[in-house]
Amino acid sequence: MVHALLIACIAVVVFPLYYAFVISTQDIQEVVQRPPRLYPSSHLLENYAEAWRKAHMGRMLFNSFVMGVTVAVGKIVISMLSAFAIVYFDFRGRMFCFWMIFLTLMLPVPVRIMSTYEVVGTLGWINTYQGLTIPLMASATATFLFRQFYMTIPNELAEAAQLDGAGPMRFLFQFLLPLSWANIAALFVVLFIFGWNQYFWPILITNTEAMRTVVIGLEELIPRSGTELPTWNLIMAGAIMALLPPVAVILFMQRWFVKGLVESEK
Amino acid sequence: MQRTVFRSRWLPYLLVFPQMAVTVLFFFWPALKSLQLSVYRVNPFGDSTRFIGLENFAKLLGDPDYYRSVVNSLVFAGSVTVLAVAGSLLMAALATQKIRGLSAYRTLLLWPYGIAPAVSGIIFLFIFHPTYGVLPYFLSFITAYEFNWLLKGWVAMALVVTATAWTHLGYNIAFFVAGLLAIPGAVLEAADVDGAGPLRRFTKIAFPLVSPITFYLVVLNMVFAFFESFGVIDAVTKGGPGDATMIMVYKAYKDGFIGLNAGSSGAQSVILMALVIGLTMLQFKYAEKKVTYR
Repeated sequence: MVHALLIACIAVVVFPLYYAFVISTQDIQEVVQRPPRLYPSSHLLENYAEAWRKAHMGRMLFNSFVMGVTVAVGKIVISMLSAFAIVYFDFRGRMFCFWMIFLTLMLPVPVRIMSTYEVVGTLGWINTYQGLTIPLMASATATFLFRQFYMTIPNELAEAAQLDGAGPMRFLFQFLLPLSWANIAALFVVLFIFGWNQYFWPILITNTEAMRTVVIGLEELIPRSGTELPTWNLIMAGAIMALLPPVAVILFMQRWFVKGLVESEK
Repeated sequence: MQRTVFRSRWLPYLLVFPQMAVTVLFFFWPALKSLQLSVYRVNPFGDSTRFIGLENFAKLLGDPDYYRSVVNSLVFAGSVTVLAVAGSLLMAALATQKIRGLSAYRTLLLWPYGIAPAVSGIIFLFIFHPTYGVLPYFLSFITAYEFNWLLKGWVAMALVVTATAWTHLGYNIAFFVAGLLAIPGAVLEAADVDGAGPLRRFTKIAFPLVSPITFYLVVLNMVFAFFESFGVIDAVTKGGPGDATMIMVYKAYKDGFIGLNAGSSGAQSVILMALVIGLTMLQFKYAEKKVTYR
């Protein structure tokens, strides 16, 4: 009984993906035929090759990959450093920095649309990888996650390291970093997906084909006028290629993913 | 709480510098800029600005189009939240029963989280497609009503709601599974001994225990639907048909970038900011509760 219900739920969850895949393997006659054909056909390779060629998938996937990895790594690095400073040093403006970081939680991109765009324009970063990635790197949640983790590490460890003559940077790299790998892996999964799936930001600050990411480029395959041929099989092939990398990251790193998700939202 | 071990005059500043630089440059400065723009009138060429106080806000409040986008946002975020939270609670409850093959089931339920709402929107766009989609085809056997999102506003709304809620499922399920697994087995066994069936055990014991998580997810899903749904709207309906799916963030973008009305867009940003601050505070209230018993 529970199995049957679970299978029904999974069918609901999986169907859209299954259907997209099925369509991506059909030729155009099969796509438009009535009743709809709900099982795969034999045109998988040619559709994917055609979508790859027509939509410049290679370039777009590369850009998305750069965006996902750079945003994730950048966020992790700057959050680790600032959390380290806040936990292990007593300096003027420490609490000020803490609250500044905290307040970024309340300023999501859509809220600052025009003016953030202006800043990036002033810097001359439109259509660049740094414009695509750096503005998204501040992260209150990652900073808090590292801060919380550092606080659970016994103070004696830092004192012992200091007695051994280790400076702060050596302590960070030789003691804290090895202890943080699990958290870093978990965060990486969540942040890579966050970067890969960005839509608003890349659409604002890129306007050339060479800088387009796959999530925004896909939309241009959709026929908007009635006269165009509906190449839905190619669109679905593109959609599958756009969603496969983040989904693969989740499936391969499921354990870390759940940990990262639950912890990063504390 | 506090531990200060290392001493250095300059190192802590160097360490916080990257985070502070990004925060100030891309978060605070633009936010202040929005605040400033909201009280000015900027002409479309950007070469002259004039202080007009709260006139931009007053105009928005008297504008039926803006009012419409507020209602649309509430309908959109409300429906997404109800669908995604209720659906994932049901699925998580099933996926934490003591049965074989659980981890496989859980894996199959989690992955929608990886899919961008815009990509999900494109897939559902085809499922809902009036001539080629599978959904209108099967619905045509039940009713003669034309489920055409190009013409009917509420069908377009249903389309973007479904696509968005679908991508939230994996996220919510992960939280509910974690919460349900944290309930001590002894509590549920005691209820079992007392003769409570699975449904009763869930409604009387498990659900009250996960209610803080539920509230937290309700707020979080609202925030996501309100502020992170630009992609699904832009990729699927562009706010149409008419203004049926014109939600607040999309309107702020359209008025600013396409309508070139910087003042109004700035005022809309400020209103959105106030909303986020309110919702984030709510979220923290429940996040704290969630942590205490986990």
